[in-house]
Amino acid sequence: MHGTRTLQEADRLMTVCNSCRYCEGLCAVFPAMEMRRAFSDGDLNYLANLCHSCGACYTDCQFSPPHEFNVNVPKTLAVARAESYAAYAWPRAFAGAFARNGLVISLIAALSVAAFIFGFAAINDRGVLTGIHTGPGAFYKLMPHNAMALLFGLALLYAILALVMGVRAFWRDIGEPVGMTTDAKSLLQAVRDAGELRYLDGGGVGCFNEDDHPTDRRKLYHHFTFYGFLLCFAATCVGTLYHYLLAREAPYAWWDLPVVLGTLGGIGLVVGPIGLLSEKWKRDRVLVDEQAMGMDTAFILMLFLTSITGLALLLWRETAAMGPLLALHLGVVFALFITMPYGKFVHGIYRFVALVRYARERRMMAQGKAE
Amino acid sequence: MVDLTRRFDVLVIGGGNAALCAAISARRAGASVLVLEGAPKFYRGGNTRHTRNMRCAHDAATEILTGPYTEEEFWKDLLLVTGGQTDEELARFMIHESKDILNWIVEQGVRWQPSLGGTLSLGRTNSFFLGGGRAMLNALYRTAEELGVDILYDAEVIDLNIEDGMFLSAQLKQPVGGRTEVRASTLVAAAGGFEANIEWLKEYWGEAADNFLIRGTPFNRGAILKMLLAKGVQEIGDPTQCHAVAIDARAPKFDGGIITRHDSVVFGIVVNKHAARFYDEGEDIWPKRYAIWGRLVAAQPDQIAYIIFDSTVVTSFMPTLFPPIAGATIAELAGKLELDATALEKTITDFNAAVQPGTFDHTILDDCRTEGITPAKTHWARRIETPPYLAYPVRPGITFTYLGTRVNKQSRMLMKDGRPSANMFAAGEIMAGNVLGKGYAAGIGMTIGSVFGRVAGREAAKNARN
Repeated sequence: MHGTRTLQEADRLMTVCNSCRYCEGLCAVFPAMEMRRAFSDGDLNYLANLCHSCGACYTDCQFSPPHEFNVNVPKTLAVARAESYAAYAWPRAFAGAFARNGLVISLIAALSVAAFIFGFAAINDRGVLTGIHTGPGAFYKLMPHNAMALLFGLALLYAILALVMGVRAFWRDIGEPVGMTTDAKSLLQAVRDAGELRYLDGGGVGCFNEDDHPTDRRKLYHHFTFYGFLLCFAATCVGTLYHYLLAREAPYAWWDLPVVLGTLGGIGLVVGPIGLLSEKWKRDRVLVDEQAMGMDTAFILMLFLTSITGLALLLWRETAAMGPLLALHLGVVFALFITMPYGKFVHGIYRFVALVRYARERRMMAQGKAE
Repeated sequence: MVDLTRRFDVLVIGGGNAALCAAISARRAGASVLVLEGAPKFYRGGNTRHTRNMRCAHDAATEILTGPYTEEEFWKDLLLVTGGQTDEELARFMIHESKDILNWIVEQGVRWQPSLGGTLSLGRTNSFFLGGGRAMLNALYRTAEELGVDILYDAEVIDLNIEDGMFLSAQLKQPVGGRTEVRASTLVAAAGGFEANIEWLKEYWGEAADNFLIRGTPFNRGAILKMLLAKGVQEIGDPTQCHAVAIDARAPKFDGGIITRHDSVVFGIVVNKHAARFYDEGEDIWPKRYAIWGRLVAAQPDQIAYIIFDSTVVTSFMPTLFPPIAGATIAELAGKLELDATALEKTITDFNAAVQPGTFDHTILDDCRTEGITPAKTHWARRIETPPYLAYPVRPGITFTYLGTRVNKQSRMLMKDGRPSANMFAAGEIMAGNVLGKGYAAGIGMTIGSVFGRVAGREAAKNARN
């Protein structure tokens, strides 16, 4: 019937849930389920990516284990979600990166950092690498700006290409014609739902994590992480514009926009990942996809390393440590970029796409146009 | 650790909606409270686990209710479903109190949602728990714990020490720790009915009870009810009656809950093990039609029946947990159901021939009926003629029992001689028969539980202080 045993189990659960429907007020998954009577692989992958893993439906379910119906929707959909990332990976040859993701990401990160350190050492005199550089263009004494922009630009472009190809496969699998432009209202709705993490709240009381007492901590830490990431990205963009449009070269003063954005974002990217990691460790094992722990941890650590090396660079940029710290930071960021399509980063993309689809379905239902 | 050597102000036996409302309201009134739940933690809450809404009167539409449902209308509905078998004074008191319960229960941490897909017919009268009955229970337990109510699970009460209508102590038996005497100034019995006690059901139903499926947990054995009645408490409600609906015969013996029900009777015909029809499948509209089929099937040989329909109506009702059994021909379907193929073919041929032309509308009592067969199908009759032919096997699914303890408006038990008990109160299914002598209206069990639970807790706390 289904491509994998996980999807087989997800189908069994959705059949149980669809004949109960008590959870329909908790999140988007169950109303989306109710629009269907049978579930294709694509439907199940859609529902899996729509699930935010708040855990409420497990705590609220009268049929969760030890009941013989053994209903554990958050865990089953978490496994299905992780498997869907590999299924949609582009190019197909790299799908295996998801299997031992923690190891893969660590190796790539280590190699990337090493490459930058050796690269800096190879192209520069020892005195340059460990020297003290200040004033505009200080960083570019170690690596010319154009080389840096080219390298990171290419890495980012590659990541975007791979992500777009993955989304294409996902969009097709969940039954939407490729190339079809979605309507602006659904898109806007999805932006809002993702931006607020609307469905990471157990239907209003908060997430169920380590026990049956709901809290908002995971949502809060995710906000720190996500908005921290956005601020860091904005800092990079502003810096690039400064460079090319205003011909103002980094490093900038602490009060300048790229530094302010980057510092705030960096703090978010320190607090958020630490919080998320501690919540993850506390989480009730019954809700956890153990197979994906490596992937989740690797991604959280990469974000944490990005911010911590960036902040360290800011603090010690006027000392002899600047060279090695720059290599470290660039190595981490480069690894983050090129592994984006092959790690936990994709969860945000697929979930957003699922939210767009959900918003569309809701609108179509409201207009009575549903199939 | 709960200190069982102390004397509690209020002992609550049971762990569902009524028990928790009683515990919370007693605790809020300043009493020390111990809750003894006989089930393990996961199965706590008895039938409340499987509920999803409550029927409360309200004078105006709210965020979650689509329109007003006055006390008078509630009373009329209750009168209708019980056929008058209700204590008017108690019932009107409950209906009046239900208005405030809408807010009170929210203060105890329970969250409402509007009625959504599949339950729109109840959108005006019933308030739905966000996440269902177990979510509601979880909220009540959290609140009770935060207030300092002591709660024990796997806490079976094996005897009650009652003298002349006065509760003195309870014998508690725990898997670890053995037997303990628990003393309290007052007792609130909120331990449900006896629907999971097959031996007890057999007293009224005979061997047929072996074929009943129980929709709730195996812990609703009525032990407390039996002790109370044996110790002089006045009984109320028909002991031979229970609320039963037709549920899938493939459901587990216990705790299949809501998802084993079938709501497809009106879209086909129902036959017994002799492949013969036995009742008008089109008699009445949902939800009344839904509630009678458990009893009808219980009266059939071997307590089994089959809802039979064809492929044209598959999407007319909610998706089911168990898929329908299918056959390309009537004979093939009969073979899979182990029914006599010739008999089933004749039943369906006769039925099809009797169907009169009409305009089908399952939301009203339409004009699609049969003529010339017995029993007739008086509404929604359409030919069964488009293969594959489909069937659901069904058995009686016992939901709750009506036998209970008599109470007054304080939720205080009345003794056989009519005197009120000195310190014993009852709430929930164990006293539902006072209000609901027979029949059923969606969500009313929860109303009884919350209203009388709250009252019982408050009165017990007051009683304990005196």
